[in-house]
Amino acid sequence: MRVWLILEGVWSNVVTLWLIFAHLWRHKDTISYPETMPYLPPRYRGRIILTRDPDGDERCVACNLCAVVCPVSCISLQKAERPEDGRWYPEWFRINFSRCIFCGFCEEACPTNAIQLTPDFEMSEYDRQNMVYEKEHLLISGTGKYHDYNFYRVAGKSIAGKPKGAGENEAAPISVKTLMP
Amino acid sequence: MSIFTPEVIAIIIGVVKAIVILLGVVIVSALMIWWERRLLGFWQDRWGPNRVWFLGIGQVVADMVKIFMKEDWIPRFVDKPVFIVAPAVSMTTMLMAFAVIPVAPGWRVININVGALYFLAMVSLSVYAVMLGGWSSNSKYALLGGVRAAAQMMSYEVFMGLAMMGVVVEAGSFSFDKIVAAQHGLWYVVPQFLGFLLFLTAGVAATHRAPFDIPEAEQELTAGYHTEYSGMKFGMFFVAEYVAITLVSALIATLFFGGWQGPWLPPAAWFVIKTGFFMCFFILLRAALPRPRYDHFMEGGWKVMLPLALANVLVTGAVVLAVG
Repeated sequence: MRVWLILEGVWSNVVTLWLIFAHLWRHKDTISYPETMPYLPPRYRGRIILTRDPDGDERCVACNLCAVVCPVSCISLQKAERPEDGRWYPEWFRINFSRCIFCGFCEEACPTNAIQLTPDFEMSEYDRQNMVYEKEHLLISGTGKYHDYNFYRVAGKSIAGKPKGAGENEAAPISVKTLMP
Repeated sequence: MSIFTPEVIAIIIGVVKAIVILLGVVIVSALMIWWERRLLGFWQDRWGPNRVWFLGIGQVVADMVKIFMKEDWIPRFVDKPVFIVAPAVSMTTMLMAFAVIPVAPGWRVININVGALYFLAMVSLSVYAVMLGGWSSNSKYALLGGVRAAAQMMSYEVFMGLAMMGVVVEAGSFSFDKIVAAQHGLWYVVPQFLGFLLFLTAGVAATHRAPFDIPEAEQELTAGYHTEYSGMKFGMFFVAEYVAITLVSALIATLFFGGWQGPWLPPAAWFVIKTGFFMCFFILLRAALPRPRYDHFMEGGWKVMLPLALANVLVTGAVVLAVG
């Protein structure tokens, strides 16, 4: 009985050796990165950008939610108000990518779809200071992943040229004093 | 009257041969660090280190530069002289054991008629390196590793010698030259197949390589006997392990696969091919097999391997006596 068990064990090891050896001509899982680029899905969380709305204005309204939600506190910005129409925008917007962990919380927190993560990870630098991205490095000219969304069009916030009740899908304001039961 | 008398010239030729063999062994062992990583990569569906220079061979140089640049740190709690000597012993004994192996006809460092015994003696001495290294480190993991290594070598060397005896009985000599010459018609792996299997197992245990890397056993003992070693001292242990693989592979080729004998190619080429095959086999063993539990390992040695080795010697002796 013991002898049989020993022989069985030896045979099992021989089979293992052969199976592992047969991996020699299997397809390699490694992607030789600089020569062949890996496929990155559209929702890959890579380099962070700031986008514009379809009208070409900045989407960011400087609400600071991204800076608050950021677990490593790598985002900082300063609110400013545009004098001609009263829109809020970040005076400066700074992301320290040497801290960023690409968790995507900022994108989830953003109420205006302004901050978005992109499928790009090639951001290596020799100098650590170069990892700090300012607004001019972050702000792109396009709409990013959401082509039609325009916060000031759908939100109730009134700005110059768009009074209360003028937004899309927005009813005209009703005075509660005239709303009788 | 020149000083280059025939004796002096013979000595110089001998020294040159010895240096060539020594350098060859060390270089092959160093290259094996890279080759093992390549092969392990292939067997795990990866590429392994393939970036530095041609096929990644420069990885060896890069690793060596790295390990030489490292701080040669000696912990304050160790027994300093022994701690320093242990890696050197490990390397020296393994390289010295190579001296008796005939690489090609006439190409060996020393020709002694008890080469097999000399080899066993050197392998036995190499356990001191591991044991003293583990002991002088003055740390529990290193000590456990050293103790395990001592027990492992003690038990597996018994039947390593006995497995070798089958070949010695058939060849009628302890000299490797005669053993190789006796395999002219038939390699000893055919009549001594059981002896080959036993010797292979014992050889893996003697090099303490996976699956018998019980003295090192990362998951249990961090790094076993070389836990406290760093820098080039660790490097010595590391390279000694690869020298041991080269040595045992060369010995398997010599004892059971006809050494340098073979058709068409020059003898040295046959020796290198056979040795290289078994070196790759060692890597395959590491890639494929899990480490046995320590008590299973000892049980296997004393209760299975030793009786088999004794029976092998007995039967071989009886057959040789009967045939004449």
